[in-house]
Amino acid sequence: MTDFKQASPALLAVDRVRKRYFARAGFLSEPKPVDAVVDVSFTVARGETLGIVGESGCGKSTTGRLALGLEAPDGGSVRFDGEHLPKQGSPAWRAMRRRIQLVFQDPLAALDRRLPIAVQIRESLDIHAMGDPKARDERVMSLLTAVGLTKDHAARYPHELSGGQRQRVVIARALATGPDLLVCDEPVAALDVSIQAQVVNLLMDLQAELGLAMIFISHDLKVVRQVSHRVAVMYLGTLVEEADADVIFKDPRHPYTQALVSSSPTPRQKMKSRLLLTGEPPDPAARPSGCPFHPRCPKVMAMCQTVTPTMREITPHHYLACHLNEPASLESMAS
Amino acid sequence: MTTLFEIETLSIAFSKRTVVHDISLTLERGEALGVVGESGCGKSVTFLASLGLLPDKAKATGRVRLAGEDILNAPAAALERIRGRHIAMIFQDPSSALNPVLRIGSQLSEALSLHRGLSGQAARHEARRLLDDVGIPDAANRLNAYPHELSGGQNQRVMIAMALAGEPDMLIADEPTTALDATVQAQILELIDKIRRDRGMAVVLVSHDLGAIASVCERVAVMYAGRIVEMNTTDAIFDDHRHPYTRGLLSALPELAGPKRRLVPIRGSVPEPWNLPQGCAFQARCDSASARCHQALPELVPVGDIGQCVACHHPLLGATMDDRYVA
Repeated sequence: MTDFKQASPALLAVDRVRKRYFARAGFLSEPKPVDAVVDVSFTVARGETLGIVGESGCGKSTTGRLALGLEAPDGGSVRFDGEHLPKQGSPAWRAMRRRIQLVFQDPLAALDRRLPIAVQIRESLDIHAMGDPKARDERVMSLLTAVGLTKDHAARYPHELSGGQRQRVVIARALATGPDLLVCDEPVAALDVSIQAQVVNLLMDLQAELGLAMIFISHDLKVVRQVSHRVAVMYLGTLVEEADADVIFKDPRHPYTQALVSSSPTPRQKMKSRLLLTGEPPDPAARPSGCPFHPRCPKVMAMCQTVTPTMREITPHHYLACHLNEPASLESMAS
Repeated sequence: MTTLFEIETLSIAFSKRTVVHDISLTLERGEALGVVGESGCGKSVTFLASLGLLPDKAKATGRVRLAGEDILNAPAAALERIRGRHIAMIFQDPSSALNPVLRIGSQLSEALSLHRGLSGQAARHEARRLLDDVGIPDAANRLNAYPHELSGGQNQRVMIAMALAGEPDMLIADEPTTALDATVQAQILELIDKIRRDRGMAVVLVSHDLGAIASVCERVAVMYAGRIVEMNTTDAIFDDHRHPYTRGLLSALPELAGPKRRLVPIRGSVPEPWNLPQGCAFQARCDSASARCHQALPELVPVGDIGQCVACHHPLLGATMDDRYVA
């Protein structure tokens, strides 16, 4: 594995960002603060893929939006290529957005049903005034080829394509402006297994070819392990563990990561050997005191209820936010 | 063991387009069968049709028997007696299957009164016991909750409790954990497994996720383009699968342990139901396809000696998950 931390300075540096939303519980009640993201820090180097895993509502998508500058953080900072992200909507922000692109889960929702796909891919080139019209057309065709589509697809509308082909179009459009960073939010969650593998391979190939940095947000541990160099695990708005992809799934140290790894269904693994959590992911509007995971943690101690653990480096490049540092019991892990 | 549920040469057509072709399978009492396949392969429709839950424009032909009684296209009254009381079904999205404006308790009581003739205190008592059984904490108070006050995982537990209300012999679970988070998914699968063992209930788990099926079922049916292409034991599906499509599915899956390898996608995509080629539907995506595959449809026939069946002219032999990289 390439050591990105030393090879190059971070392309994206996210430092203790926070994001708070206000949500009404009912029609007449006062809006209550919901801390979606709390003191999250990470970096992504050029050519590196950072996977972010966690369950729904853990703040992983909000983290992605903060990294893109689609949301302004309430605290902390996001720096891209050494510079602070410009204010959202400003000309400087627009210019910068050329370099950071986004791929969403549902390609049909991300595409305009009334426009042929070539027009949609070309649109971002038009917006950013890149190249002359002829060069733009050529660029669209080369992008189509790069994502495994053909010239014949150019004039088609989204509904004339399969789910996997649509996601290829979305990826081609994201790549049109030659971005340095690609944020993928559940890009393969809506796809069937055989198609999912096509898109995963495509993203990995493009990343290696173009030297892209990538943030890959997903709830699917297996896909994340496949595409990521490093993986960060999120729980209730905070990062609880971060390490190289090979390390984090082989030797998870946070009890939550251990439970996630253990509950991911694996062929040949029978139910009895699972490490099952009790309870459900808590409501971000009612954060527990101390460690956010303590109400569900099988190894909870007295101090966990009051003292919030912070990320520390337990072995080189392996970070953990837990008062303990214990390996998972053997039988609960996939062999 | 005795046969509980039997599907025989079932075909289903929507507006004259056939989407399920000649499916046959049996389910013993207390057995758990997994049905795996990609979207559009007909895995859900097969069971919806069996219970008469498809719209009128769907035409189902063939036979479906429950304990010897023919139930396919049975009159509504007969089906109402069977649904819930003998066969219960749960779906992917529990919050849309529950009535949002009724309390959990009254929805459960309704099922109990319908299937077991319970009412008043007796129904409420039983409803509480069911919620306890499916692992909902503080069941007595939860009876007064509305579905939106519960999480997705808890709503799925409520759906399972409602399914159990009629003490059915068989539960059909259609992608029951797809909409749930990983840790909750494992809890629900464990619950289904436990209930099945406690009550000796047969289970059909319809899913696109072989991992989920492996943790609950003994046998797996693999469906492709409206047909069963392989029937195998859960252990052998990984270590001795026979159909190239099964191998394709396994090769396309990333793993959580072991060395990373490049995924091997199945090339191309599933043919449209109205555009099936002559012969085997998988031919265009298959590495072993020969001239014969373009002409004759392979039938599902027994192979080996552990009850495996495969519909392929060139079945694999001794294919395990460990050598699929060369697929």
